[in-house]
Amino acid sequence: MTMKKKKSIFLVVVLAVLLAACLTVDALLPGYHIAVTVIKKATVYALVAVSMNLLNGFTGLFSLGQAGFMLLGAYAYGVLTIPVAKRASVYQYFDGGSIQFSLPESCAGILGDAVGPTVGMLAALLVGGVLAALMAYLIGLPVLRLKSDYLAIATLGFAEILRAFFQWNALGPITNGSNLLKSYPTFTHATPYVLLSGGMIAIIVLLINSTYGRAFKAIRDDEVAAEAMGINLARHKRLAFVISSFFAGIGGGMMAMYMGTIAAAPFKSAMTYEILLIVVIGGIGSITGSILASFLYIFSSEWLLRGLDSGTFLGISAPSLFKNGFRMAAFSVIIMAIVLFFRKGIMGDRELPDLLDRRGRKHKKEAAEK
Amino acid sequence: MGEGLPYIINGISVGGQYALIAIGYTLVYGILRLINFAHGDVFMVAGLVMVYATSALPLYLALPLVLIATVLLGFVIERVAYKPLRSAPRMSLMISAIGVSYLIQNLAFYITGGIPQPVTRPIPWISDNVMVFGQSTKRVTLLTPVLTILLVLALVYLINHTKIGMAMRAAAKDFETAQLMGIRINAVISMTFVIGSFLAAVGSILYFTNYPSVAITSGGMPGLKAFVAAVFGGIGSIPGAVVGAFIIGLCEELIKGAGYTTFSDAFTFALLIVVLCVKPTGLFGEKVTDKV
Amino acid sequence: MKKLSAFLLTLAMMLGALTGCGGNQSGSSGSAPADSGNKTVRIGIYEPQTGDNGAGGKQEILGMQYANTVQPTVEIGGETYDVRLEIVDNRTTPENGPSAAAELVNRDVSVVLGSYGSGVSIAGGKVFEEAGVPAIGVTCTNPQVTSDYDCYFRICFLDPFQGTVLANYAYKELGVTTAYTLAMLGSDYDQGLVHYFTEAFQKLGGTVVAEDFPEGSANFVSYINNAKSAGAGVIFAPVSTNYAQLIIEAAAAQGYTGALLGSDTWDNNKVAESTTGKTVDVKVTTFYQEGGNPDFDNGIKEWINANADAKTNNGGNDMIAAVTAMGYDAYFTALEALKAAGSTDPKAVMEALPSVSYEGVSGLIEFDDIGDAKRDAAYIKTANTQTGAWDFVKVQGVD
Repeated sequence: MTMKKKKSIFLVVVLAVLLAACLTVDALLPGYHIAVTVIKKATVYALVAVSMNLLNGFTGLFSLGQAGFMLLGAYAYGVLTIPVAKRASVYQYFDGGSIQFSLPESCAGILGDAVGPTVGMLAALLVGGVLAALMAYLIGLPVLRLKSDYLAIATLGFAEILRAFFQWNALGPITNGSNLLKSYPTFTHATPYVLLSGGMIAIIVLLINSTYGRAFKAIRDDEVAAEAMGINLARHKRLAFVISSFFAGIGGGMMAMYMGTIAAAPFKSAMTYEILLIVVIGGIGSITGSILASFLYIFSSEWLLRGLDSGTFLGISAPSLFKNGFRMAAFSVIIMAIVLFFRKGIMGDRELPDLLDRRGRKHKKEAAEK
Repeated sequence: MGEGLPYIINGISVGGQYALIAIGYTLVYGILRLINFAHGDVFMVAGLVMVYATSALPLYLALPLVLIATVLLGFVIERVAYKPLRSAPRMSLMISAIGVSYLIQNLAFYITGGIPQPVTRPIPWISDNVMVFGQSTKRVTLLTPVLTILLVLALVYLINHTKIGMAMRAAAKDFETAQLMGIRINAVISMTFVIGSFLAAVGSILYFTNYPSVAITSGGMPGLKAFVAAVFGGIGSIPGAVVGAFIIGLCEELIKGAGYTTFSDAFTFALLIVVLCVKPTGLFGEKVTDKV
Repeated sequence: MKKLSAFLLTLAMMLGALTGCGGNQSGSSGSAPADSGNKTVRIGIYEPQTGDNGAGGKQEILGMQYANTVQPTVEIGGETYDVRLEIVDNRTTPENGPSAAAELVNRDVSVVLGSYGSGVSIAGGKVFEEAGVPAIGVTCTNPQVTSDYDCYFRICFLDPFQGTVLANYAYKELGVTTAYTLAMLGSDYDQGLVHYFTEAFQKLGGTVVAEDFPEGSANFVSYINNAKSAGAGVIFAPVSTNYAQLIIEAAAAQGYTGALLGSDTWDNNKVAESTTGKTVDVKVTTFYQEGGNPDFDNGIKEWINANADAKTNNGGNDMIAAVTAMGYDAYFTALEALKAAGSTDPKAVMEALPSVSYEGVSGLIEFDDIGDAKRDAAYIKTANTQTGAWDFVKVQGVD
C-alpha cells in the first residue's frame, strides 16, 4: 500500500470515528447537555480558527479583524431568521423592526415544512458569509496594502468601528441597536454543527491544496520571490482575505446559533485574541492543529477545568489558590510557554495524515539500526 | 468660546495622558518594530500598584514604589517575552505581545478577583477642584499637559544629548549595524522599555488620580488610543506621538461635545485607517523602505 | 511516534470525556454541608463572578450563601435534605451563558437562581427551558427574561416599572422638565431602562436628551458638559457600578448641580462611598433598603465580618447591597418551591413555583401569570456625601 493511500485511509477512519462519536453523543445525551454544548462551541471556534489560520498561517497576512466578520455573520443570521411572529417582541423598542420576513419561513413556504426551514437557516448562514466577504473586499482595497503590523492594527480598528455601527440606535430597526436579537431557530444537536463546520473546513483544505493555496504559501514564505514567480500579490492577498472572512462570517452565524442570543458586545478584540491564541496553540499553518486546539481549549475552559475556579480540582481542595480567575491565569501561562518555547504548537505545520509519516520514518530507522 | 472651553480643557488633558502612553509605543516600535500590545496593560498594572501602595504606605514612599515597580515590570516583560524571540519572525513577536497582554490581564484578574479596585486615597492637592475661566475642573486636568511636555522635553534631551540616547537613535536607524558598531543592543532595548514604562507609570498616576477605580480592562482603551496617536504622529517619532496624542484627545472630546457620542471611539479608529492608507508614515514619520 | 501517541491520547481523552459523561457528574464546587447522612438537593447559582457585572454577581451570591448558612436544610416530602449550592460563573456575557447553564443542568440542580444581568439570563434561559429546569431571576429586570421562557420566574420589579418610577420621581418630586440620559452602547440593560424612562418622562410632558458612550469609557467630563449645556435638571444613567462611580466623579469635578439618577445597579456600597466629600446629589431606585429588616441586617453583617472572602466579595465592608437581600430572598423562595413540590425533580419544582408565596426581607414575593413578581413599589435612596452610605428617601410607586 502506498503512503498516500495509507494516509487517506487513516484520515477517513479518524473522521468516521469522530463522526460516529458525535452521533453517539447526540443519541445518548439531550441537546442541553454540557458535552453537547461544548462540542457545538468548539466546532464553531474550530471553523473560525481555521479561517484565521488560512490568513495568518498560510498567507502570512496578520489580520485581527476576525471578530468583526463574525459579528456581521451573526447579525445577518439573526436578522434573517427571526420568525415574523416574534419580531414585534424582539424589536420591542423599534416597532417590530423594518425587516418583515424570515428566510426559514419563506423557504418552508416554497419547499415544504420538512426541509424548508433548514434550507432557510443554511441560506441565512450563507448570506452572512457573503456579507462578511463583501465587507472584506471593500476594506481589503485600502488596508491590504499595509505591512504586517499595520494591517493587524487596521483590521482591529475596523472591527471596533463595525461594533459601534451595529450598536447605533439609528440602525435599530435592522440591528435592534444595543438590544439582543433572539428567538431565532437553532440546531439543538451537535451533529449539524460538526457536519457544517467540517464541510466548511473541508472546502478550506481543498483550497489550500489547490494552486491558490500554493500561491498563498509562496506569498507567506517570500513576497518578493512570489511576485517574481508571477503571482499577482494584490489579487491573491485579497482573495485570501475575502475567503477567510467568508468563513469567519459563517462561523459568526454558527456562533449566533450556539449562543441563542446575539449582541455586538461579545465580538470584541478579546475574541479575536482568543482565536489567535488557539491558532498558535495548534500550530500556525496546521488545520488539524487549529481544530485540535479549539476542542482542547473550549473543553477545558468551559467544562473540564471549571474546578480551578471554584476551590476543588482533581480532588485537591485549595479554596485560597483555586479561586476565581485561576483557570484563565493558568491558561495564559500555558499559552505564553507555548509562544516562547514551543513555537510550533501542537502540530507545527503538519496535518493529521502526516502523523503516519513520522511513524513510517521511525520504523525504517529502527529497521536500519537492526 | 465659553461653550467649547470645557471640552478643550478636557481634550488637552486627555491628550496629555495619551501622550505619556504613546511615547512607550513609539520608542519600542522605533527599535524593535513591534507593537507592544502589553503596554496598555503595564499602564493598568501601574494603576493597581498605586491603589495598593497608597493604601498601605505614605505618599512619598508609595509614588516612587509605583514608578519602580512599573519600570521593573516593563524590563521583565522585555527580557522574558521579547528577547528570546529576537531572531524570530515579526509575527511571533506580536503574538508574544498579545500573549503577555492576555497574561497580565488574567493575572490582574486573579489578584483583584475581577472587581475594580477603588482609588481610596487619591493624591491630595492635584485632585482638588479649581475654577478656570468660570469652569470647574480638577487641578490634575491642568497639570497633566504641563507635566507631559516637561517630561517630553527631558526625554528629547536624553535622546539627543546623551550616549544612551545616541545608541537608541542608532539602533532605531539600523539594528544590525548598530550591533556591529559595538552598541550593546540588549541594554539599549531594555532602556527603551524602562523609559516607556516610566512614562506610562507617570501617566497612570495622573490618569487614575482623576478616576475613582482601576479595573483590569482600564488599560485597554487608553492603550489602543495611545497607539493610534503614535501611528498618527508617525510611529518612531517622539514629537509626532505627542502631537498625535493631543490631536486625538482634542478631537475625541470635541466630537462628544458635538453630540456624536456613539462614535467617539469609532472615530479614533477611522482616523487610524485613513492615516494608514493615505500617509502610512504619519505626520512626522520617516519614510522607511523595507529591505528585501 | 511521540507526537502520534500524544495525538491519539488526546483523541481518546476527548472521546472518553464525550461518552463517559452521560452519567452523574459530581459537582466540584459550591458549599457542601458537613456529612449528616441526609440526602442532598442542589440549587444552581447562575451568576457572573467575572466581567463587567462580576462585582454585582458576587454580592448577589453572598445573599444566597448567607441564606444557606441560616437554613442549610429543607423538608421535602417528609424527608430532610441538605441544600448544596452549585455556583457557576457565566462571565457576564451571553456568549458564555449557554455553557454555564448547561454545566448547572449537568450538575443535577433542582432549581436555578440568577442571573445578575438580563442578557446572560436570556441566553441561559434557552438551556434551562430545554432541560426543564426552573430558574428564578433575582435582579434581572428585562421583561423578556420571563416573557420568553416558561421556566423563568423573577422576584424583582421590571424595567418598565423602574423606568417609570424614576421618570415620575424626576418630574413630580424633583420638578425637572429636561432630563439627560446616558447609557452604554451595547448594553441592553441600560438602553432598555432609558427607553422606558424616556417614554414615561415624555408622557408627563418633559423633554429628554439622550446620549450613549462606548464601552470602556473612563472620561465622562464631556458628557456632563453636554448635560449642562442641554440644561438638564437630572442625569439619568442606568449604567453598571464602575461607570456610575466615574460619572459621579466627573459630575463633581464639573460642578454639576442637578441630580444624578441611577437604577438598581447603582445601589452598591462603592457608589455611595465614591460620593464622600463631594457635592453631588445621587438618587437611586432599589429593591431593598438597609434597615428594612434589622434581624437580617445584623445577621448578615456578622456573617460578612466573620468571613474574609465574603467581605472581599462585598467590596471590603459590611454594607448590605439590595442585590444581596434579593439573593437571600431568592434562596428562600426556592426552598418554598421545593417544599411545595414535595420532590427534588425540577419539573415538579417548576409546577409548584407559580403558587409560591413568601414574605421575604424585601417584601412579599408572589408570581403573576408570566412569572414576574407582583411588585408595585421601589425604594428610593440617596447617597449621603458625609458618611458615604445610603439614606432612605421614600417608597415610590408608579402613580
